[in-house]
Amino acid sequence: MLQTNLEHIESEEQLKELIENNEKVAVCCGRMGPMCIPVYGIFEILQGNYPDIQFRDMDFDIPSAAIIKGLPECQKFFGLPFTIYYRNGKVVKATSSIQSAKEVKIVIDEVFA
Amino acid sequence: MQKYDVIIIGAGPAGLAAAIYTSRAALSTLVVDESSAGGQVKTTYHVANYPGFVEPIAGHELAGNMREQAEKYGTKFKLAADVTALHLSDQEKWAELDNEDKYTAEFVIIATGSSPRLLNIPGEKDYKGSGVSYCATCDGEFYKDKDIFVIGGGNSAMEESLLLLQFVKSITVIHQFDKLQAEKITADKVTTNPKVDILWSHEPRAFYKKENKMVVEAENLKTHKRIRLERDGIFIFVGLVPNSAFLKNVPIQLTKYGYIITGPQMETNIRGVYAAGDVRDKRHRQITIAVGDGTTAALEVIKHNLN
Repeated sequence: MLQTNLEHIESEEQLKELIENNEKVAVCCGRMGPMCIPVYGIFEILQGNYPDIQFRDMDFDIPSAAIIKGLPECQKFFGLPFTIYYRNGKVVKATSSIQSAKEVKIVIDEVFA
Repeated sequence: MQKYDVIIIGAGPAGLAAAIYTSRAALSTLVVDESSAGGQVKTTYHVANYPGFVEPIAGHELAGNMREQAEKYGTKFKLAADVTALHLSDQEKWAELDNEDKYTAEFVIIATGSSPRLLNIPGEKDYKGSGVSYCATCDGEFYKDKDIFVIGGGNSAMEESLLLLQFVKSITVIHQFDKLQAEKITADKVTTNPKVDILWSHEPRAFYKKENKMVVEAENLKTHKRIRLERDGIFIFVGLVPNSAFLKNVPIQLTKYGYIITGPQMETNIRGVYAAGDVRDKRHRQITIAVGDGTTAALEVIKHNLN
């Protein structure tokens, strides 16, 4: 269980429903580890700055995380967390490993502008 | 331009401790950080040596508590915000953030800590998370039964190598010297493991990808001859650097390694500017020491504000 202040995605259905019903969604899938915690923290802050984007996290070790791990964009990822950006239900960007706030903001400006 | 009594740059233990003190002293306090609050502590799995916690506490929990405590006393935060311009002089101090908000204060405490050092060579950034890693506990299992490089020969490189040995088929350590800098007891555990070999006196110059393999181009520092070696992944543990690059246009005294030089009361060469925590030049770097630094800096600010 992730100990963050983000809303957690706990099932494949929940993620599907979220991306079907929201134009802009960002999901950080990881563990409570040193590379992941900073990204959750950045998401927590940015969700106040970008109310039109749905920021969520997902535990990498739950079976439902297969929906993230199985994405073609993640097949060459070897570093946690996997961070996926969806627009209109489609993956528009995926990153692997730790990202700084600056890097996350650049992605957001690039894919959600 | 918004005015505060104190601007604290950095929301790790030093910055948060300072904020708790200045806020409790009724000084308006703004804490700015390029990331979320907590500094390196938030990424520490368990903290077992922080007084007052009989059982180890999760680093992110300790960091969260510190932030909450500062907020409770009135500290304001601007997080995930870069300082894009900074002016520090005896007479005037202001900071501009990436959203173009400008803040001024009579006192500034710099507590930006340190970060893992990057090699800054071609390919490092491109393959982060897809062949280049910085955390054994996070990414080790992706390399189960694979051959990897570990770059570095200090304590963190050897400790992380011991973790990686639980997963990988082999480790090739690339180290710039001809002996390891790590403590002997840890280094011996790594070097005597049959899965480990060491490439001495070499430094990586570039990383490439060749099909599914990572290629390291390494230079022999004695002969300057370059070689290319292939493995499945690269883990980099080459120490820490102070987060002081943003001070490059500020007339603050730094050591040649970029640490801020302070006096015993955390004062820098600029009146009203203090430095605390791991960004400060000192021998030991611990959470408890950072908290002490932050407290000292805050008490000095409070004293000078009263004067």
